[in-house]
Amino acid sequence: MRRLDASLQLLAPLALVALASLVGTLVSTSTETYVINALVNVAIVVALYVFIGNSGVVSFGHISFVAVGAWAAGVLSMPVQEKPAIMPHLFGLLGDHTIGNVWSLALAAAVGAAYALVVGLPLMRLSGLAAGIATFGVLEITHNVLRYWEKIGPGLNTFSAVPETTGLREAALGAGLAVVVAFAYRRLRFGRLLSATREDSAAARAVGVSVYRQRLVAFVLSGAIAGFAGGLLVHMLPVNTESVYLDLTFITLAMLVIGGATSLWGAVVGALAVSGVDSFLAEAENGIHLFGRSVDLPAGTRIVVVGALMALVLILRPTGLTGGREFSVRLARPRRLLTKFAR
Amino acid sequence: MTVALLNIDWQTLADATGLGGIYALMAVGIGLVFGVLRLVNFAYGQLIMAGAYALAFASERGWPVSIGIVLCFAVVLTLSLLMDRLVFRPLRGQTPAVMLVTTFAVAFLLQSIALLWFGPLGKIASSLATLNQPVTISGVDIRKIAIVATAVAAFCLLVLVLLLERTRVGLHMRAAAMDFSTAELLGVRAGRVISAAVLVSGVLAAIVAVMLTVQNPLVTPDFALRDTILVLAGVVLGGMNRLVSATLGGFAIGFASGLLGGALPTNQSQYLPSFLFAAVILVLLVRPGGLFTREGQQAVERV
Repeated sequence: MRRLDASLQLLAPLALVALASLVGTLVSTSTETYVINALVNVAIVVALYVFIGNSGVVSFGHISFVAVGAWAAGVLSMPVQEKPAIMPHLFGLLGDHTIGNVWSLALAAAVGAAYALVVGLPLMRLSGLAAGIATFGVLEITHNVLRYWEKIGPGLNTFSAVPETTGLREAALGAGLAVVVAFAYRRLRFGRLLSATREDSAAARAVGVSVYRQRLVAFVLSGAIAGFAGGLLVHMLPVNTESVYLDLTFITLAMLVIGGATSLWGAVVGALAVSGVDSFLAEAENGIHLFGRSVDLPAGTRIVVVGALMALVLILRPTGLTGGREFSVRLARPRRLLTKFAR
Repeated sequence: MTVALLNIDWQTLADATGLGGIYALMAVGIGLVFGVLRLVNFAYGQLIMAGAYALAFASERGWPVSIGIVLCFAVVLTLSLLMDRLVFRPLRGQTPAVMLVTTFAVAFLLQSIALLWFGPLGKIASSLATLNQPVTISGVDIRKIAIVATAVAAFCLLVLVLLLERTRVGLHMRAAAMDFSTAELLGVRAGRVISAAVLVSGVLAAIVAVMLTVQNPLVTPDFALRDTILVLAGVVLGGMNRLVSATLGGFAIGFASGLLGGALPTNQSQYLPSFLFAAVILVLLVRPGGLFTREGQQAVERV
């Protein structure tokens, strides 16, 4: 039974990803775009889960890793002849080379991990409020530098002319890969030790767990997943600095929290559920027909609804839709202690 | 008449002091609520934004300045009380992580409501624009608002000190900030203290709204968002646990921001946020409990 439980904890999120992709194959091309976007969101939210969910420390800075991943993959996979038009001030080395799309994703993950390591080495000493503000600072610095430093990217321009290779299959595989990595991490010694520090930091320390080291491991791993997701993103649609900044930070945090921050199942459920609501509202802002009536919501309704949903879930059910638990077939489980993330 | 270093002139210095004063008031507003509720209000900037929209609303209709300011206070105070009742109260007893993320959500919610209601282009609050004109003091031009902001900030801080030190409700607030449950045991009424803190913090938000609209009359949905992020950084930088250190932190970051913004050449001042946040992160690493807290006073987790 325990083994069944464990495999279900991996298979259930994967099945959900597969189901979403299946829906994507059945619908029109314009709706398919929403599904692809939702799957990329799954990858980002899983990255958030690996650090925030397991450590209980809030990070507002993870979209920086998405951003550097997108920049690395975007700059290097754009065809050489297209580069001068969009990025005229690029460093010579970056301007003269182009790599394949798969390699660009690997590079995005590597750059995300490296950046997370550089940032995490000092910052993982902090916790609580100081950590929240410092990671926010990282986001501000990253956004600011990417926006104005035109030697490493398009600056204020948009990443057009990057090959748009993230289709339904690629996004589904990417989201699945992120889920598998996050699951493996959670089952390994590292993941268990880190969640021990979340539940009771003092007790974990007392048995010799280095909170700093465990947080750093998770931070780097989630940086890698976030960078990888950034690579998927830049191959999906033309990205600029504003699309990997506060709005994305907000919406992905909302997904994680609404689903239930302390479980992988919660991360996937939250990402897909909120993406679904968000896409529906986006369509409704353009005007759709529903039950024989034409619905036309004003632009901006999406964030109002998602923001209200997030606030409501946090106030009424701070453990999220899934209660922060992994998927399980048994309906009546013995009540577990509430985790420290949301007591 | 320039201060030799970094080509900072008196105008820049005065502007920086004014900005520091405004940020100090915001820091007090955030710090007061943190003191009694242990809650960092990410949505504080949206209170200011609402006040600024109220001022713009009045100025578009050509109403006198005084009515605009009254409207601004009414809107901000109502919104603060609503926020306390609908958001802060249900969150009481939650972990800091949940509270931080919730107020972050509320901030986005209010901002997008403003976007929906007033549109992205922004409205002009021009009733107090005369304060932007300079006065000449012994050959130096200084914008009036810099002087007004400094004076108002100093006055408000003085009133606050009197309120906290000399009145019963101030005593209760200080007691609650030190140890909420013990204060309650000793007869401090939790609800009243929290309402008082929320109200005072709302009054400060309204004052800040009036002064920020003078400096930047274009009111958009993200009005005061950047300022709030900076002030939050300043407050944590100074030290959240005491109001004085939080206020000093707010002043410091406003002053530094104004000074660097005025002194750096344009091709470097676009990197101003990077410089500021890099400095904040650096300080947090050296003194995670805050720059202006005393040694040995840093919060330690009790088992």
